[in-house]
This record gives sequence, C-alpha cells and structure tokens, in this order.
Amino acid sequence: MQRDFDKPTMVKIEKVIEETPTVRTLVFSDDVLSAVLPGQFAMVWIPGVNELPMSVMVYLEKGRAAFTIRKRGVASTSLYEVKVGEYIGVRGPYGNSFAIRQGNLLLVGGGTGLVPLMRLLTFLKKNDNVTVLIGSNTKKEVFFEKMANQILANNKHQVIVTTEDGSYGTAGVVTDVMEKLIFEKKFDAVYTCGPEKMMYKVVQLASSKKIFVQASLERMMKCGIGICGSCCIKEELVCHDGTVFDGKYLLSNKEFGYTHRNKSGIIENY
Amino acid sequence: MKPDIYTQVGSIRLERPTMLASGILGISLDVFARLYQAGAGALVTKSLSKEPWEGYVNPTVIGVEAGYLNAVGLSNPGAPYFAKMISSNKTIPIIVSLVGSVEEDFTFMIKQFEDAKILGYELNLSCPHVEKVGLEVGDDPELVKKIVKSVKSKSKVPVIAKVGLGSSDYLDTVQAACEAGIDAITAINTLRAMAIDVETARPILSNKIGGLSGPAIKPIAVRCVYEISSKFNIPIIGCGGISDWKDAIEFIFAGSSAVQIGSVIGEKWIGVFSEINDGISKYMEKKRFSKISEMVGIAKRF
Repeated sequence: MQRDFDKPTMVKIEKVIEETPTVRTLVFSDDVLSAVLPGQFAMVWIPGVNELPMSVMVYLEKGRAAFTIRKRGVASTSLYEVKVGEYIGVRGPYGNSFAIRQGNLLLVGGGTGLVPLMRLLTFLKKNDNVTVLIGSNTKKEVFFEKMANQILANNKHQVIVTTEDGSYGTAGVVTDVMEKLIFEKKFDAVYTCGPEKMMYKVVQLASSKKIFVQASLERMMKCGIGICGSCCIKEELVCHDGTVFDGKYLLSNKEFGYTHRNKSGIIENY
Repeated sequence: MKPDIYTQVGSIRLERPTMLASGILGISLDVFARLYQAGAGALVTKSLSKEPWEGYVNPTVIGVEAGYLNAVGLSNPGAPYFAKMISSNKTIPIIVSLVGSVEEDFTFMIKQFEDAKILGYELNLSCPHVEKVGLEVGDDPELVKKIVKSVKSKSKVPVIAKVGLGSSDYLDTVQAACEAGIDAITAINTLRAMAIDVETARPILSNKIGGLSGPAIKPIAVRCVYEISSKFNIPIIGCGGISDWKDAIEFIFAGSSAVQIGSVIGEKWIGVFSEINDGISKYMEKKRFSKISEMVGIAKRF
C-alpha cells in the first residue's frame, strides 16, 4: 500500500487550539496519524500554498491527531491560519522514532520541538521518573506545560519551564538547567528536539556524562520518502534514516549543530 | 564460477550494471559514497545548471498509482558549487548530469569539471517539467546536434544523452545525438503527468504537471530501449520503473548495457542495488551467461 500512502489524504480540521499568540494546534481525525510513533512526521499539504514536514502532535482522544505550528514564513503562517472545517492533505507517517528507555528520563524541548516529546511522554512506563525541560524566550510563548503535567499525572515527574527574559519559571536557557540537573541526578536517557544549536548543546552535555541521548532533527524536505536527497546531513537522510539520531552518531557528524542545506542544496551555516 | 557482472557502456566500464538515476539522492558526495557501498555501479548526479536553482515549491513529489509523480524543478546547487564539492573524489564512479538551454550553458559547466574525477557526463534532454531546458531542448533535434557537438569537442570524458518522450519523435533526437558523436543514450526520463485532488479540485503538485516514474512507465521504457537498440548502433542505459532484477534483465534483453535505478528506492531503500546485482548474477549463473554483454539486446533476434 506504499503508493496510496504517499499521496495526500485530505483531513478536515475539527478544532483549533490557541497555544500562544504565535502558536496554534490544529486537531483532526485520522486513524493512521493518531497512532504514529514519537519522532515520526507527516508531509502536510496546505492546498495552493506549500507542503511542510510536521511532527505529528498527540491529541488525547482516540483516533485524533494534531499539528502544532508557529507562524513564521508564508507556508507556516498559512497552515497556522487554517480554520475549522477547512481541509489539509497529509501523507505519512515517515521516519523513525525515539528508542524508548526506562528509568530516570530527561526530555529537553524548545518551541515546537516539544511536539515529538509530548508524544514520547504518552509512550513512557508508569515507573519512569520523568523530567521535562521546556524552553521559551518569554512567558506568553510558553505552551504544553499543562499538557506535560497532564500526561505525566501518574508518573513521578517534574516539568521545568525556562524563559530567556525571566518572565516565567527559571530565568535562562534550558541547557543551563540541564547542566545542573545532570550533575545532581543520574539519568538513564535524554531526548531532545528544538533549535539545532540547543540540541547540539544537549547532546554534548548528555554525552559528557555518558548518558544515552537522542535528538530529532529538522532539514529542508521535499519528498519526505528518501528519494530527493534534499534533507541529507552528510551521508544520512533525515526523512528516511531519521528524524531521530543517536547522540553518539551526531557528534561524529560534522554538519550537526553547524550547517544545513538550503533549497538548492547549498550548505549554509546555522 | 560466479559470473562477473561488470558491464561496458561504450568506453565506460562499470563494475556493476545498476546505476543511480539522475534526480535521486544526488547532491552530496557522502551520500554517493554510501550508495556506492550499497552496490551502485555508478552515480548520476542531480542535473546541474550554471547557477543554483531552488526548484519548485512543495508538493514536489507524491505517490500515485504504480509510481511517483514529481516536479521538483531541477533544484540543484549549481555546477561550480558541485564541482568544488566533488573535487576530493578519488574512487566513486560519478556521472555528472547537466541541464541547460544552449551550447554555452553546457560548455561553461564542463569547464567547471575539468579537474574532477568523473566517469562522464549525462546531458538532460528530457526533464518534462521545466521550461526552456530538458525536454524542450530534446524536442529540437537541431539544437541537440549543436549542443552534443560542442560538448563533445570540449569534454575529455564520454558524453551520454538522456532522452524522453516529448512532442517530437524521440528517435529523431537520438539520431541527432548519434550524428553529433554522442557516446551513449539513456532512455527514458519521466513522462508528463498530473494528479488532481478530488476534495479541493486542485492539482496536487505546485507545478500542476510533473513527471511520472516507477512501474507505471516500465513497459514504455522497455519499448523505447528496444526501438533505439534496433535502429542505432549505440550503447544504451535503460531507465524507467526498474524495481527488481527481472526488470533489469528485461531492459538488458531489450538492448541496455546498464540500468538506472530511481523510484524503487522510495519503496525498498538503497539495499535494492545489491538485491538487483545479486539477482542478475544468480540469473546469469542459472542461464549460463558469463558476462552481461552476452545478454544485451538478445530479444531482438526473435
């Protein structure tokens, strides 16, 4: 069924959630995408505008899934502006997923990078002790704090929010909090998704303490299915070999944390 | 004894007959190295233009019945950038695909690769979804003749022309290329096609029309290879929907000396190169062929 699978399936937006003044979550019904693994993504077609790779957001109701989007460029803004009752196309899921470990787990997310981490939370075991670090620049841009607490209600857990301007939670950046945490406590695994510079620091920190760490990467994507080559990072294709990579591998990949390719395939610095 | 699956495309010798088709995965030397390790006999780059091209807005690639539909729009980093990127290459058999409108485009690009270690060039005379290049050039046999002549006069390595089905008779294009001294022909490219979403009545690709690849076009490609092989004395590389070793053998029997692999990678991933190579090897052993050249074009005797 691979071929039907790669053609957009139209889904109707059933609910729009305002997360922050710039971030919305679009909820729809789709059995396939409601059941994806954490880290997997879909190619999302905004008819007449563009198609974007989007990590599939969890929605805590059977058969439903969501996309959480921040308005930025033309394409993301048009997706952000999709209204209840309108259709978008989805194909996928594509890509691999986080390797789920047990024990003391640390999740470090920034912005919409929290999406695969929220899904990951729903896959964790009851005995896991989970720490979630949410990074934001300011109070009104903080989202998913409530949701993280809600998903982890039956776990021993803590959700720590950092804001760069100090308007909420801990002042500073998530990686500073992480640095302290990993010296105070032993973690069995670290998972991260967010801006690449942040992930690079997270991977470095975890590796320095020899903690298993994985990051979910983002690159320019066109096909999403491993044939166009746009999303390559050295010899790996983010859409097919990723989006999740082990930190150990990433530190050996000289492009991670430093460069990405633009639409024509030219390597540019972050 | 296990048969050797090396093949000869004119003066180009390939250790294995399965090449990576142009447009697929071809923008990074590191990815080429990985595909070579995976069993590809040669890697054809994405078609390069004089300047970097961003290509079209997404959707650029979607799945359709029995294949893929794409209008990527020949996105590429440009010949100068690419030449620099592969300048460290020593061992990987790379064929550089070039796309342009006039002779000067091609000769400019060839100059960029003068010091690069490459097996040859493949001229894209057949991309069906970008204006003024590809198929629009291929549809004009006189222009093809001029381009091939000037490229041949400047290139130190063999030059292949990739042809497709456009609005004029593709055999006229092949003839023009042959008369101008081309070293081999790749046949075929994707075929102009489209898909429309029934919910919104919108064409799905941003470019509306794209090129169809995959199993859907295979019988057409086999026919073209057979026709070229019957009419011209020129080495042929078969391309179009090859998904397993049987498909590869079919193209070889039709007259191909090598085959190019593309769309199937989306389904089977890169292990497909060694899967096809092994299948060809086993088939040759069973049928007592000792080299690929013994099989090329043998369907023509009937």
